[in-house]
Amino acid sequence: MTDSSGDWTGLQAPATGTTIVAVTFDGGVVLGADSRVSTGTYVSNRASDKIAQLSDQVYLLRSGSAADTQLVSDYVRYFAEQHAIGLSEPPSVKTIANLVKQMNYQNKQMLEGAMIIAGWDREGGGQVYGCPIGGTLLQEPWTTDGSGSTYIWGYLDSAFRHHMTQDEAEELVITSISLAMARDGSSGGVVRLITLSKDGARRRLVKGDEVQLYGEELQMQSSSMDLL
Amino acid sequence: MSGIGTGYDLSVSTFSPDGRVFQTAYAQKAVDNGGTVVGIRCKDGVVLGVEKPVASKMLVGGSNRSTYPINQQTGMGIAGVSADGRQIVNRAMQEATQYKGFYGEVIPGYVLSERIASYVHLFNLYWYVRPFGAALLMASYDSEGPQLYLIEPGGTAHRYFGTAIGKGRQSAKTDIEKLKLTELSCRQGVVEVAKILHTVHDEEKPFELELAWICDESNKEFKRVPADLAAEAEQQAKAALDEDMDS
Repeated sequence: MTDSSGDWTGLQAPATGTTIVAVTFDGGVVLGADSRVSTGTYVSNRASDKIAQLSDQVYLLRSGSAADTQLVSDYVRYFAEQHAIGLSEPPSVKTIANLVKQMNYQNKQMLEGAMIIAGWDREGGGQVYGCPIGGTLLQEPWTTDGSGSTYIWGYLDSAFRHHMTQDEAEELVITSISLAMARDGSSGGVVRLITLSKDGARRRLVKGDEVQLYGEELQMQSSSMDLL
Repeated sequence: MSGIGTGYDLSVSTFSPDGRVFQTAYAQKAVDNGGTVVGIRCKDGVVLGVEKPVASKMLVGGSNRSTYPINQQTGMGIAGVSADGRQIVNRAMQEATQYKGFYGEVIPGYVLSERIASYVHLFNLYWYVRPFGAALLMASYDSEGPQLYLIEPGGTAHRYFGTAIGKGRQSAKTDIEKLKLTELSCRQGVVEVAKILHTVHDEEKPFELELAWICDESNKEFKRVPADLAAEAEQQAKAALDEDMDS
């Protein structure tokens, strides 16, 4: 895709134009993400996993530059493991969130990643920390990020309740991401979920054809000749 | 005097033939000849007491402090050469601040004690420095509960229910062992510490008693014991001493 002058115009670095959502409930936290990775208009991966594990019970949702967020998650995973050795116990969610923030903030000139850290520990229960571009760190009951998040802030504002059950929280995350995928061209594919509680981590997949459709999205049709 | 290692005691980077580092042992001597410092871990916190001999009547009381907060939930008491001890306190403050900045949470007691022990040990390894002539009693109260650590000039850190260092440590330790620490509150502990320090101190010379604690009553913050409680404790200590005198 070069033009005559030899420039690589039109080719962009892979980015996770994304929708990521994390929501706390009574007893834990639910993380969700879409699975589309785009290079400009080309979908380079339609089933990627944007959920990175940082420790046994702390996970990271990635959005922004795919390379940047992968590196940050690798470094934080390493630091968290070293820290666990020194502490003789797993670090708290707050600590790991701070490690992510340190990476983002100290390297803000070079990085372009917005991340959500969510996890469960005995002292704090389920926790969600938003770490947008620039390296702020803020603990919240729920948060969303990525290009698709713009379409669902209002929905989450109205639908979130404190002290939901696990099932209610999972449904909320799935619905939010489905809505975002309907409107955001950079989000799509499948919905990946992880639920964290004192019982550990549980993964769940909502396949492409199981994702709820909204508005005027085309339904699958075998043939328009079915009318006859 | 036993223990003079002719030729093997000039440098901290030299072992003696019987496997000792004499400079470390001499540093320990500096601590042993200094004022007594007592620390006890009670059921709801830790109490530290420092015996500070008053060199002159012209000294304003309360200066030359020997107990320092490191952060809100940790504090240290210095025994031995107090100037050396203050350098270690400064290092501990730096470690605690840096840890909080990087990890976002307060440094746990056992992590800080290990860091300080490593730091102190460094000065026992290299010929161009000398060991610290000070030992530190570290009191902390975190999610694991109240803890008391002793960091010695050689660079070891141990966790204690109760301990004493300095001139009067032998009889102080005997007195500490008699206490039922698991049933003692810090309020009672302050009185006991005052009694112990008054007992071990040589009566002729005046001394100042510095008391600090970290407990539920101090809101889990390392502070000097409030003046009224400290005064009451000293009074009770002197009264108990007079009782012993008369009997």
